[in-house]
Amino acid sequence: MSLTIFNTVMAVVIAIAFAAANAAYLVWAERRGAGRIQRRPGPNVNGPFGLLQPPADGIKLMTKQLMIPAGADKALFMVAPVLAMAPAIVSFVTIPFSDTIVAHSMNIGVLMIFAFASLGTMAILLAGWGSRNKYGVMASVRAVSQNISYEIPMLITVITIVMMTGTMDLKEIVTAQSGGLLNWNIVPSLSSPLMPVAFLIFFICSLAETNRAPFDLGEAEAELVAGFHMEYGSMGFGLFFMGEYANIVIGASLITILFLGGWGCPLGLYPGVWWFLLKIYLVIFTFIWIRWTFPRTTIYGLLNLSWKILIPISLFNLLLTAGLLKVF
Amino acid sequence: MSGPIRIQPGETFTLNVGPQHPATHGVLRVKMEMDGEYIVKAETVLGYIHRMHELMGENRPYPKVLPNLSRLDYLGAMGYTHGHVLAVERAAGIEVPERAEYIRVITVELNRVASHLFWFGAFVMDLGGFTPLMYALQDREHILDALEGITGSRLTYCYFRFGGLCNDIDDEFIARTRALIPRMRKSLKKYEALVTGNIIFRKRLEEIGPISPEMCRKYGATGPVARGSGIDFDIRKNEPYSVYPEFDFDVPVYHECDSMARYKVRMDEMEQSLRIIEQGLDKLPDGPIMPKRKPKLIKPPKGDYYQAVETARGSFGIRLVSDGTKNAYRFKLRSPTYSNMSLFDEACEGMMIMDALALMGSLDLVIPEIDR
Repeated sequence: MSLTIFNTVMAVVIAIAFAAANAAYLVWAERRGAGRIQRRPGPNVNGPFGLLQPPADGIKLMTKQLMIPAGADKALFMVAPVLAMAPAIVSFVTIPFSDTIVAHSMNIGVLMIFAFASLGTMAILLAGWGSRNKYGVMASVRAVSQNISYEIPMLITVITIVMMTGTMDLKEIVTAQSGGLLNWNIVPSLSSPLMPVAFLIFFICSLAETNRAPFDLGEAEAELVAGFHMEYGSMGFGLFFMGEYANIVIGASLITILFLGGWGCPLGLYPGVWWFLLKIYLVIFTFIWIRWTFPRTTIYGLLNLSWKILIPISLFNLLLTAGLLKVF
Repeated sequence: MSGPIRIQPGETFTLNVGPQHPATHGVLRVKMEMDGEYIVKAETVLGYIHRMHELMGENRPYPKVLPNLSRLDYLGAMGYTHGHVLAVERAAGIEVPERAEYIRVITVELNRVASHLFWFGAFVMDLGGFTPLMYALQDREHILDALEGITGSRLTYCYFRFGGLCNDIDDEFIARTRALIPRMRKSLKKYEALVTGNIIFRKRLEEIGPISPEMCRKYGATGPVARGSGIDFDIRKNEPYSVYPEFDFDVPVYHECDSMARYKVRMDEMEQSLRIIEQGLDKLPDGPIMPKRKPKLIKPPKGDYYQAVETARGSFGIRLVSDGTKNAYRFKLRSPTYSNMSLFDEACEGMMIMDALALMGSLDLVIPEIDR
C-alpha cells in the first residue's frame, strides 16, 4: 500500500517537473524560433545556444519585488497567477505519454483536462479584475468571452471523438488509433468523413484557448498594453508566462492524443514515448510559427469565427458522425 | 483610490491612452470616453514634447536654425531640412547648382523610403504582427548606411546648406544606392506576399477607419492620408519645387477611404520613390555643389515668404517673414502630422478601440513633429 502511494506521488512529481521544465524551456524555444523567423539570433549569450537563459530569467524574476498596486484586491491579485499555473500542471497527471508512462490513469481523463482548462480563464478574469486597471478589466472581459465561445466548438469536437471511441479515457482513445497512420482520428473514415475539418477546428480552438496569437486578445500589447498581466511584475508575471507555455504543452498533447495517434508510429512500428514527444513538439513548433507570422484578429472577428463558422460546422460534424455510427 | 472599478451598463468610463502607450509611438495622449470596447468620444491632448522650434527659429541667425528642422520628424528628417533651405534660398535669392538639387532629391527620396519602411513595420506591429518590423528595419538599415556615408548621421541629418550641400556624394554612395534599388523592389514583393495578402490583415483594414475627402479638407489632411481618400494632391506635382518636374513618377491615389487605402498609398509611394532615385542617379549632372557667389551673411530682404514641400507624412510648409535682419521676424511651420492627427478625434467616434488604434497607425504619426 505504502509503495503504491509512493509510486503515485513520484509519478505526480515527475509529471509536474516535466510541465515546469517544458514551460521554462519553451520560452527559450519560442525566443529562438522567433529569432530564426525574424533573421536575428535570439538569446544566445548565456550558455551554449543560450540554454541557460531560462534559469537566468527565473532568478531575475524571483529577485524582483512583487508590487501590488494601490487599490488592488490583494487576495485576488495574489491568487490569480497561481491559478494560471496550477491547473495546467495538474492536467499533466492524466496525460499518457505512452502505454506505460502515465502518472495517474483515469477513466474520465478528457473531462478532467477540460475542467481544469476552464479554470485557466478564471486566472485571467481575476488578474484583470483584481489589479484595478481599466486595461486589465477590458482584457479579462475579452478573454472570458473568447474562452466561452471557443470551448463550445472544442468540446463538441471532443464529443465526436468520444462517441467514435466510446471512452473518455485518454489511454484508450490512443489505443483505438493504434496500428499506423490510417487509424488515426485525423484521417477521414467511413463513420466520420469530416475528421480533418474537426482537427482544424480543434487546432484553432487550442490556439484560442491558450490565448496564443493570432487570438491573444487578452494581452494585445498594441491597444491594451499588456492586458490582464499589466500590473504584474516579479514571479507573478513569471507564473503567467510559464502557465501560458504549460497550457500550450497541454493543448499540443491533447491534439496528439485525440487526433494524431498519441505514441503510435505513422507506420505502426516501434510505438513509444519518443513518437509522442516528437508529435507534441511539432505541434508546438506550429504554434510558435503561427504566432510570429500572423497579425492579431479583432475581438468581433474572433467571436464571429467561433459562433458563425466553427460551432455550426462542429455541430454538423457531430450529427453526421452520430448518424453514420448508427448506420455502420 | 479604493475598491475595484465598477462599470455599470450604459455608463461610460475614461480611458487614458498615453502619454505612455505602445500604440501612440511617442508621448501623445488621447483621452477616450469608452462604452465597453466602443469609443464614445476621443480628445487628443498634445504638448508633451513641445520644444519651441518656431521661437528658436526667430531668435537666432538662419544658419543656426538648420539643425533644428531635422529634429521635427526623426524618421523623414531630410524632407524637412529641404523645405527649410528652399524657403531661405527663395527669400535670400540664392541660386542652387543643378547637381546639388539632384542630390537633394535623391537623398530626400531615400529618406522617404526609409520613413515609409519604418511606418510599415510599426503599423503591422500595431496590428499584432511583430515579424515584418524586423524585415523592414533590415531594409531601412541599408538606406541609413548609405546616407550615413555622405551625411555623417543616421537620423537627424544636417546635410543641406543654403545654396547647396555640405559635401558631395562619392562613388560608394552611388554604388550602394544602385545596389539598394533592386533589393528594395524584391523586398516590396515579399511584403506584398507576407502582409498585404494576409486574410487577417485585410479583414482588419478593409472598410475600417473611413476618412472621407470632406473630412480631409475640413482638417487640412495631406499626404498619404488625403491620397488614400481619393484626393489627388502632391506638392511635388501640384506646386513643383526643386528639380521634381524633370522626373517621371506617378502619384498613387486610392478612393476606398479606409485604412487599407492609406496602407497601399504608402507601399506604392516607396516604388515611385525608387523610380525617382533611379532616374536621379542616371541624370546626375556634373558641376559644383555650392554656388560661386553666396552672401556671407544671410539677410533676406523685407518680405513674406512661403515654401511647401512634400515630406513622407504630407505637405510641410514654412512661412518666413523677414524684416531684413539676420534673424527671421516670424518663423511658422505647418507640419502635416498635426493636421492629420486632428481628424482622429472625429474619425474614431463609435469605433472599437482595436480599429481606432489601427486607424491611428495608418495616419503615420510622429509625435515630435506634431508638437514641434
